[in-house]
Parts: sequence; structure tokens; C-alpha cells
Amino acid sequence: MNNLPQQTLTWKIGGEAGFGIMTVGLMFSKVSIREGFHIFDYVEYPSLIRGGHNVYEVRVSSNEVYCQERKVDILVALNQETVSLHKDEMKDDSVIIYDNEKTKISATDFAPSVILLAVPIAKIIKEAGASLVMQNNVALGASCAVIGFSKETMLLVIKDMFLDKGEQVVKDNSIAATLGYDYVSNNYKDKFAKKLTPSKTNDQIVLTGNEAIGLAALASDCRFYCAYPMSPSSSLLHFMAAKADECGIVVKHAEDEIAVINMGIGASYGGIRAMVGTSGGGFSLMVEGLGLAGLTETSLVIFEGQRPGPATGLPTWTAQADLEFLMHAAQDEFPRIILSPGDVEEAFWLTVEAFNLADIYQTPVFILSDKYLAESHKSAAPFDFTKIKIDRGKLITSGNTTDLSKYLRYQDTSDGISPRVIVGTKGTYFLTNSYEHEENGLSTEDSSQRIKQVNKRARKLVLYENNLPAPNLYGDMDSDITLIAWGSTKGPVISALAQNNYVIAGKTVNFLHLNHVWPLPRKAISNILSRSKKRIMIEGNSTGQMGKVLRRETGVVVDDYLLKYDGRPFYEDEIIDKVTKSL
Amino acid sequence: MIVADYQTNRFPTWCPGCGDFGIWGALKTSWVKMGWNPWDFAIVFGIGCSGNMADFIKVYGFHSLHGRALPNAVGLKIANHKLPVVVVAGDGDCYGEGGNHFIHTCRGNHDISLVVHDNRVYGLTTGQVAPTATQGFKSKSTPDGIIEVRINPLALAITQGATFVAQGFAGDIPHLTQLLIDSYNHRGFSVVNVLQPCVTFNKINTYMYYREHTYKLDSSHNPQDKISALTKVMDDERIPLGILYKEERKTYEQSLNQIATNTLVEKPYNLNLNSLLNEFK
Ligand SMILES: Cc1ncc(C[n+]2csc(CCOP(=O)(O)OP(=O)(O)O)c2C)c(N)n1
Ligand code: SF4
Repeated sequence: MNNLPQQTLTWKIGGEAGFGIMTVGLMFSKVSIREGFHIFDYVEYPSLIRGGHNVYEVRVSSNEVYCQERKVDILVALNQETVSLHKDEMKDDSVIIYDNEKTKISATDFAPSVILLAVPIAKIIKEAGASLVMQNNVALGASCAVIGFSKETMLLVIKDMFLDKGEQVVKDNSIAATLGYDYVSNNYKDKFAKKLTPSKTNDQIVLTGNEAIGLAALASDCRFYCAYPMSPSSSLLHFMAAKADECGIVVKHAEDEIAVINMGIGASYGGIRAMVGTSGGGFSLMVEGLGLAGLTETSLVIFEGQRPGPATGLPTWTAQADLEFLMHAAQDEFPRIILSPGDVEEAFWLTVEAFNLADIYQTPVFILSDKYLAESHKSAAPFDFTKIKIDRGKLITSGNTTDLSKYLRYQDTSDGISPRVIVGTKGTYFLTNSYEHEENGLSTEDSSQRIKQVNKRARKLVLYENNLPAPNLYGDMDSDITLIAWGSTKGPVISALAQNNYVIAGKTVNFLHLNHVWPLPRKAISNILSRSKKRIMIEGNSTGQMGKVLRRETGVVVDDYLLKYDGRPFYEDEIIDKVTKSL
Repeated sequence: MIVADYQTNRFPTWCPGCGDFGIWGALKTSWVKMGWNPWDFAIVFGIGCSGNMADFIKVYGFHSLHGRALPNAVGLKIANHKLPVVVVAGDGDCYGEGGNHFIHTCRGNHDISLVVHDNRVYGLTTGQVAPTATQGFKSKSTPDGIIEVRINPLALAITQGATFVAQGFAGDIPHLTQLLIDSYNHRGFSVVNVLQPCVTFNKINTYMYYREHTYKLDSSHNPQDKISALTKVMDDERIPLGILYKEERKTYEQSLNQIATNTLVEKPYNLNLNSLLNEFK
């Protein structure tokens, strides 16, 4: 594969909710990686269980893929709506696979070179005596045949995906997919240029941001996950719950988000690593609990998957508008750390880091994600678990020889971190206190004690800031234009630049990606940004939150903004356009 | 252990005569009788005059937020179900601000002993009505008298799934002490509602009032009889003291296979991570 020119295509399937769009999309992604390709996939669907338009897009390439594409090479239309909504996304030589007995296509809507591939999906299903819910498998088979993916790989994916549902389910799905595959092979042999040449040198995995975070939590010895369902965090709850028995952890769907964070705090106080998860609305309910974790110095990892809001907002769409909310949530001042991963690999490794930071600094640590990262699959090399180091910080266990008789829970240490003893450890006891407290934990309203503890807690963050890694700069240090983004906006920006070899309209462009978003690595950022001639901030909100934070924290003023807040992720062309227009 | 062993060097800040002294005394005596060292159990405190007890007791204590002691305790219990966990809360705290948690902790039957200081007012915030206040009770926040009817915490506990429901009186320390011990020995969620005179802000529900209106359940009461228990707790004029309802039901923690042998906190970590990757291939 290495020396071949890049092979790439985008496949999209659309249909009503209930048509199994999500399942077939994931199967297509898996067939693609098993055939040796990289993928990124992206789903759009309304907040409905039945009806409504669901779309699943998979971008396949022989090189790494970072984001979705606007134009489509293969469109699979399981209903009329898919054709009318997506007909303008065709490339010159695209293929449309559609059920000619159910869907009307007028050839004049398309360039003559677009191939209209009629596959009587419903009829094929009926003739085989199969159930109509198998339509999606026929579509999968037809797609694989068009592209030239092997039937064996496709059937193996079906087997692996449905085996736990029983042999019969595997069989039914396989038959339907084979029918679709054979129909296209027999009737349209060699009609398309849209072939991908498989390569077998790939052992990648394919997973969503939420799955990467769940996996990392398990790998980091998280033993309690607590949540209340809310898109786009629910899939993390489902993942963790499905793993609870096998992995020996406890997962609790609590009565509300207030209970969620307080149970998380209780479990962490009990000595185990704990994580809670929600979206912005649920986090709004958690805010007082955040302060409790801060003041009691309880380690806690908080997952927040952003969606557009406020209130109920757009439940199934994406946003990056909760940064300032998380930075300032809860009254008064206390240390907190916010990490915001850019892709599934970062989601995994930053989650591992989040658990360590929470334990080391005994304070809440956020993983700030969004629907785009949470639910999009990306292919990745399998994670190297041997690289994980679990650091529980200053933890005195009963095995340690420390004399516990004079133990002070909130000891005023030079780095601000007080050694921690797990509740129930014999030979000592202490009060963990939500009131301001003395070093021994008992409440105080004394001026000097108050100042001492505020300063002690603040020192923890100073230490963290001194240990912060520098942010990633992609492209040449000295470029004409610097793009800045944080979190999941990384994908579209990297993709737009990589395709153009970091030169747009004759200008060199580099990219500063921030994933340790609070506190920021201020010095490193200002070193980079003070050298750039033009800075464009790209983020998913309407006020340019990170741009404002950068100005406050580093003095650097960004020159221009590309902001998006319609619930959709960024597309490469929007970024290229912005750069071109800003010249 | 003797009672004084549980005392910090801080003398309680409660008003002289406050019922909280009696509950404090009963709690300490109950631990002496259980033979518990300060590290053998943990208490999660709510916020209120009641929760202020946290500063006066030498144990593993967690002074929580107003209303949130129960979910903290549930989390702690899940992490370490072998550690006895007691919750000390106020009635505003537990039945008002944290009312949702109260209902759901009953449903879950978590193995926790909840001790509620029921003084029918908010003591710490200077005497506004609590949800336990009698309809018409006048306070600073309800100068014309409270419009809502009172919450019935014991009926709520019985109907929502608590498996040990009892009522004590801060003026009868020996009786309360025994109820507390019984609640610790019960496996499951125990609710001990304690009638606690607030001498400063509640001039109606006084020691005298409770002496006149309460009676002790005797052997004629069968704590397995839910309907009889409910009938008794619905009577506002004749207030029962003692174990009203008791049932054996699997606790939340007993229902978790993951912690059937070891607690979460003591379990060794031995996940086969590479096998977790298979489903992503
Ligand atoms: C979220 C929140 N709201 C309000 C308060 C103020 N507050 C403290 S204690 C209390 C009421 C206490 O009443 P109760 O729970 O009955 O306990 P008591 O003082 O009577 O023992 C209130 C409203 C608070 N601490 N936190
Ligand atoms: S205000 Fe009432 S409850 Fe609070 S200490 Fe005084 S008497 Fe007790």
C-alpha cells in the first residue's frame, strides 16, 4: 500500500430512523479497515426514535483520515428523501445505489457521468423470503461489490458483529448481504471506476471518541462510572455498563445528575478511581458538586460531551460552547483541569492522563468532548497498553510506615498537595469537609486559616501549570498564517492542511492545536503565537471563547475567527475558504 | 472505647437544650456498644445544625453539601461495602433539598443507616419552615403559615422501599441508642427519623409536645406488617416511637456480582486489556 498513490472515497447511506443505518454504517467502516484502509465516519440524525432522516458517512482512504467530506463518491439511498437531500453532494463520477422500485431518480438532476445504479432492494429481499429490516444488508453487499471489497471480509464482519445475537441472526444478515453483493457483481460487472485495491497490512481498530474514553477508563483502573443518560454522553454509559460484569467495575445510572456527581465523589472518597459523565445540561446540575470536589480535594474525572444549547438545545448535534462554562462553574475559586481531546487517540491518552492528574492534584479533572468526537468512528492503531502508567499521587496506604497518629488531611505542604489516606485506614481518622477547614479538616472561619487553605489549593494548579506539556504545532514553525483550534476541531483543520501540504493560496499555513485547554500552557502558546503573522481562531461557538481566553491568558490577540454554531462540524472547504479570503 | 473517645476538643455550638445534644449522645453510646473504633466506620453529614455535629466527632467524617449526603454515602458504600456507613442529616436537608435522593436511596436498599434530625424547621438558617412543618406553621419565610401539607417521611420510606423504618425521640436517649444499634445491624437501607426539638425556632413541637403526643410501639406491633406500619405513621396526633417497619431484601451491594467477594477498593486490578480491543476490529 505504501508506494501506491492515495486511494480514497466517501460512502454515504441515508434512510429513515429504524432502517438500521447506524449498524450498516459501522459494518461498512469495519469492512473498510479489514480491507486495509483507514476510515473516519460521521452520523447525522434528529433527536427522534422513529422517522426522521438518518445519514451515515464513511470516508475511506489508504492514508489516515481525520474528518468527513462534503462530497460523496457512493450514495446509498434507502428512501426518496436521501436522494433529494443529498443530490447536490455528488462528484462527477459518483455512484448512486437506489431501489428503483421505490425511489424515483431523474437523470437530469445529475451530471451524465454520475452512475445511477438501480438495485431492487425490496424485491430481492422479498424473493428471498427475508424480512424487510434486512434492506440495509443488501445495501452493504451492493456497496462492497461496487468498491471491490471482498465478500469474505464482509461476511466475517457480519459474523463478528452479530455472533452474540445467535447463529440465526448471523445467517439472515449474511444471506441478505450476499444477495446485494451478487446482484451488483452479476448485473453491473466492471461498470465503475470506484474500486479500491485492498491491502492486508492493517491491524487497526475502529472506535468512537466515547469508546476510546471508556476503554481508557477501564485501562486506568476506573472502578466506578456514574451517569444519567443525555446525548452525546449516553453511549459512554452504555459502553461502561456493558463492560461492568466482565471488568468487575460498578456502573450506576443514578436518579439525577446531582446524585451522579455526588456518588462519584463518595466513591472517590472511598478510595477508588471514579468517573462521571454528562452533557452541558446535566453538568449544569452538577455544578455545586464540582465545588464540593474542589473544596474537599476529592479526585474526580468528569466527562462532558458538548451539544448545542442552552436548555435542551439540539440534542444530537455538535458544539464547542461549554469551555468558559466549565472554566468558571461553581462559586468562588479552586483548581480544576480541563482536557479536550482532538481525536480518538487523544481521547484515549488524555483520559489516562485525566485519571492520573485527578489523583495527583486531588481535584476535579474534565474531559471535554462533543457529539462530533463522541459518536464519530475513526480507525487507529491498537493502543499500546504497556505505555500506561497509573499514578495515584500522594496516597498513604495502610502498608506505608508513615506515623498516622498526627495525620493532617489538609496539611499545608509546599506544593499544596496534602498526602491522602483512604477512608477506613486503621489507626487514624479525619474529617473531609465542605466547609472551609483547618489542616486537620475541622471547620474554620478564621482569616489566616482561610487564606492558608485557599493558597494551598491554588499552589496545586501552579505545579500543574509548570508541568504542562507544550501544545502541538502542525506544519512549519514560521508560516504566514497560523490556524488555532481546540478539541475535536483538530480533524477538519489537519485534514484541510495536510491535503494542501500546508500551503493555501501560495501562503504557508501552520496549525496550533490545544488539548490541555485549562489551565493553558501559556508560555508555550505565546512563544508560538508571537511568531505568527496572522492568527485565525477556529471554534464551534458564536463568541470565540478560546480566542478570548487566549487574549486574557497570553496577551495574544487573534486576528480573525472562523466560528460555527449550527450544530454541524467544520468542513475542510470552509477552512480553506476562510484562509483564502483572509489573505 | 468510651463515649469521650469520640469527642473532638470542640464543644458543640448548638443552643442549650437543643435536641441535637441527645442525638449526639445516643450516636456515641451506640458506637461504644457496637465496639467501633473511629476508623471502623464512616459518617456522611448533611448541612444544617444537625450536620454541624461533624466537628464534634472523631471518626472518618465527610461533611457534604446541603441535601447531598445520601448520594455521597451511596458512592462510598459502592466503593467499600464492608465499611459501615451512617448518614446524619436534617429534615430540610434530607426531605427537602435532597428529597429525590431520599426516595431513590430507599428504592436501592443501600446498606446505610440514615439518621434524620426532624425538628420541623430549618435551624441553621434561623427558623424557616422545613417540609415536615405542620400545615399553617408560621415562620420567617411563611408569616401567614405554610400552605403545603407536611411530608410524611416514614410513610415515604415504607412505600419507597426502605427496609428498616424507625422513629426515635431526642429526649429518650436509651431508646434512641437501641434503635440506632438495630439500624446498624440491619442489612439494607435504614431510616431513623428522630423527633428533635429545636428550642430556639420551634415553640410548638417542644419536648413537652412530644412527651404528650408520642407512644412507644410494643410487642403488639408487627414490623413486618406494612399496612399497620403505614396506618401508624399517618396519625399526626398519636406519634409512634420504635421500629415501625422491617423487611429482609437484598441490598444494592449484595446484588452486584462484581463485589460479591472483594470490595471495589480492595480488589486487585487484573483486566485483560488486549481482549477488550477485539470488538473494535
Ligand atoms: C444549596 C444550599 N442551599 C441553601 C443552603 C443554606 N442552608 C444551610 S442549612 C439549611 C437548612 C437547614 O435545615 P435542616 O436541614 O432542617 O437542618 P437543621 O439546621 O434544622 O438541623 C439551609 C437552607 C445551603 N447550605 N446550600
Ligand atoms: S437553632 Fe434549633 S436546631 Fe439549631 S442548635 Fe438551636 S435549637 Fe438546635
